[in-house]
Amino acid sequence: MAGNRGRMGAAGRRFIADYGMIFVLLLLCVYYSVATLNVQYPTGSEAARQVVAECRERLPSGDAALIVAHHGQDASDFAREAEAGLKAAGVEVAGVVLGDPSALRLELERLGAAGRAPKAILATREAAEWRLIRNIGEILPASSGVSVFCPESHRWPDFLKRNNLLAVADRIVVIAIVAIGMTMVIITAGIDLSVGSLIAFSAVMATRLIRDAAGAANASAAGMVLCCLAAIVACGIVGVFSGLMVTLFSVPPFIATLAMMLVASGTAYTLAAGQSIYEVPASIDRLGRGTSLFGLPNTLILMAVLYVVAHVMMSRTALGRYVYATGGNREAARLSGVPVRRVILFVYAVCGALAGLGGVVQTSQLQSGAPTYGLMYELYVIAAVVVGGTSLSGGQGKILGTLIGAFIIAVIQNGMNLTGVESYTQNIILGLVILAAVLLDKLKQRGWRLRGGESG
Amino acid sequence: MSPMAESATAAPPAPLLEMTGIDKSFPGVRALAGVDLVLHPGEVLAVVGENGAGKSTLMKILGGAYLPDSGRISLNGKETRILNPVDARRGGVAVIYQEFNLIPRMTVRENIFLGRERTRLGFFDRRSETDEVKRIFERIGVRLDPEAECGDLSVAQQQTVEIAKALSLDARIIVMDEPTAALTDQEVERLFEIIRDLKSNRIGVIYISHRLDEVFRIADTIMVLRDGQLVGARPVSQFNRQSVIEMMVGRRIENEFPKREAETGGERLVIRNLTRGTSVGGVSFSVRAGEILGLTGLVGSGRTELARLIFGADAADSGSISLDGRELRIRSPKDAISCGICLLTEDRKTQGLVLDHSVRDNFGLPNLSGFSTWGFVREREESEALAGFVEKLRIKIPHHEEVARNLSGGNQQKVVLAKWLQRDCKVIIFDEPTRGIDVGAKYEIYTLMNRLAEDGKCIIMISSELPEALGMSDRILVMRGGRIAGEIADVPCATQEQVMHMAVG
Repeated sequence: MAGNRGRMGAAGRRFIADYGMIFVLLLLCVYYSVATLNVQYPTGSEAARQVVAECRERLPSGDAALIVAHHGQDASDFAREAEAGLKAAGVEVAGVVLGDPSALRLELERLGAAGRAPKAILATREAAEWRLIRNIGEILPASSGVSVFCPESHRWPDFLKRNNLLAVADRIVVIAIVAIGMTMVIITAGIDLSVGSLIAFSAVMATRLIRDAAGAANASAAGMVLCCLAAIVACGIVGVFSGLMVTLFSVPPFIATLAMMLVASGTAYTLAAGQSIYEVPASIDRLGRGTSLFGLPNTLILMAVLYVVAHVMMSRTALGRYVYATGGNREAARLSGVPVRRVILFVYAVCGALAGLGGVVQTSQLQSGAPTYGLMYELYVIAAVVVGGTSLSGGQGKILGTLIGAFIIAVIQNGMNLTGVESYTQNIILGLVILAAVLLDKLKQRGWRLRGGESG
Repeated sequence: MSPMAESATAAPPAPLLEMTGIDKSFPGVRALAGVDLVLHPGEVLAVVGENGAGKSTLMKILGGAYLPDSGRISLNGKETRILNPVDARRGGVAVIYQEFNLIPRMTVRENIFLGRERTRLGFFDRRSETDEVKRIFERIGVRLDPEAECGDLSVAQQQTVEIAKALSLDARIIVMDEPTAALTDQEVERLFEIIRDLKSNRIGVIYISHRLDEVFRIADTIMVLRDGQLVGARPVSQFNRQSVIEMMVGRRIENEFPKREAETGGERLVIRNLTRGTSVGGVSFSVRAGEILGLTGLVGSGRTELARLIFGADAADSGSISLDGRELRIRSPKDAISCGICLLTEDRKTQGLVLDHSVRDNFGLPNLSGFSTWGFVREREESEALAGFVEKLRIKIPHHEEVARNLSGGNQQKVVLAKWLQRDCKVIIFDEPTRGIDVGAKYEIYTLMNRLAEDGKCIIMISSELPEALGMSDRILVMRGGRIAGEIADVPCATQEQVMHMAVG
């Protein structure tokens, strides 16, 4: 019994030790939810459906209704949908006003003169705010009996709006994907600085192959996939090369990958002749902007699948154990029969290939390839890994921790955008937050003692 | 109050150090329970006990590395609180740990004055430092160049640098943790001379060692700890080897080395002309089924290097290895392991274990191929296998996820053993299997080696401790300068002198 409780306690402690950062992420989400709490109301056709439904319920039959909307795409969607909805419900549409209050006034006066004064006005939220509609009885006594229907508002955080959450995910997806490989590399006590350049290299290589070999804007889907795969494989090979430098010649990973960072970036600029490559089919955005299951973006699904696979690999397979052991004590691992060289080659290859995939995703999102992609991404990626609790000294770290780390960074950036923090200030805050996250982790490791570890 | 105690309080010299009722617990373990310690000026106090008995914890409390949960510490009769290493240093306590705290690329002088360099007018005052170092060296009779780089010094020389550093800090109490673990016999003699000098300078020495013969030679008082409790502290004259061991273990030990019915079969492992550079030259020998082959010689004679060649940890220039009549191609430890050869390294902490990983991870590491299907580890099976060994080898761990670093030396060695036993190797090479391990655990490891031999396995045991080599081996090979200098086939009739003679040449 006591042993059982001890084990449960140990499991809980391990969870907190591995994924403690999730509380920081939740805290951030709560903070930004509160800070961006705002009045929300539906727009466009959704607003129209709501207003029509209400109108059908409350408007006596036989009465005519006037549709009023302001300028813009949302407004015309609203007008179209509302008109169709009213007609379907058998309500007479007295007219549609698209524009400003003066247009509405003219229309009301015209209808009044023709004896067809509407009994109801269906307005978009913006139009309902017009002084003319709010005080319609005082300004146009003739229309004093008219009832106004407009979309109902409620309070909800801007941060938690579906579109915003998807934007957060969209922003982070490339960094999060590359961070999987980086986590593995860092767990073997290495580092890969070349990932940012590889993103650019991959994007340029994929788009140039599509332009020159697969038929440019008329490329087939299969051709595009092949070109993207080629770019990913090329990045994997660059990773293997870095790995060989590290294993065969004991070049420090920092130096080996720093060199590859320059090589890859230079190659990307050369291949692209310093320009962006736009000659790709528009359908290339299927991966980056398309959606599938439940309307979730494809990129998000791709990211989730990769994380699940990587998590299972690292926590359940022999290979994953070898990766941890190699970073924990390379010599002890070697003497236990772990093929440490192959393990290191593997992690650099995976990291390179995932950077390549990141480049492909970026290409797909932006429908072009440019050598400027991925600039400074290696630092964001490393930040995500470190904030996620992986130790730079190797042997410790969790894949899902990295996902949390990536989201912490994305949420902070997004939240600062929503709350109107200036972009220069954002970098300062982001830097401090990364530092704070790692300090918090260190403090937790030593049991919340401020003084400790080494003294003197 | 007993008359004995009264006479003790009447004794004039105040003790240098008095620790009373020291308690210290770690999560799940009570490391020390009400331990008392008294050290007088000019006294050598030997603290002995099995690994995990609490010796290191007690010394870390004295050195300021740990805070005690309760208890008092008095230095020179004055109650003192030692909150950190700086307090300890101010109180005149210097601890010389097993792993020295010297910076290899700095000189002897720089290391001694590290962190408190002497300056004059803002510049380093090298001459004054050199004079001080020379004065100290003279005082303890050491000849060493203050400008030599510490990385170039032998272990024994580095140790004297540590002692000199302690003296330059005006230490009145010097703690030595296993000071002779890596020393040759001659160097041990030199160390003992230094310790006697320290005694005559009224410095108190706390001497922690597993080597009882040394303890009996140098100590004035022996203090025995067992399971975090003080079993007894008496003048050395009131002890003998047998009684100390019994107090340490808490039961009677009939024989240090368990007996075995030697039934060796035919040759299994045959080594021919194994060579690597200058460290191992043309070594040939064979091991029979069920045989324990002792491999001894001085430090640096090539024993460990030979073992690493057989295991594939280093690449051999030439030579062949065959097992059961089949020639093996061994180019990495992985190859050796799959051929059924394993090596328990001398240095568990840097080569045997991933210290920050769990016992289960360490245990599984060489066995994952056996525990996995399609690359997925069957964790339950792994845990069950480990549980079997935890019971069989009596490994003391709170749970399988315990981090290897937190285990005592004996338990760490058992974990290493477990991971290799699981592989069911045919050839098991033990490199200093009992170094830094307490008497009780030693006996268990010997018993296990015997059992493995009885199963027909080939055992190669590298040992620097001659009684161990003589007590356990069926046959002994003595190495010198990377070659086999001699073989002792009739072990029961051999003497330590005979072995030493071969080793020295």
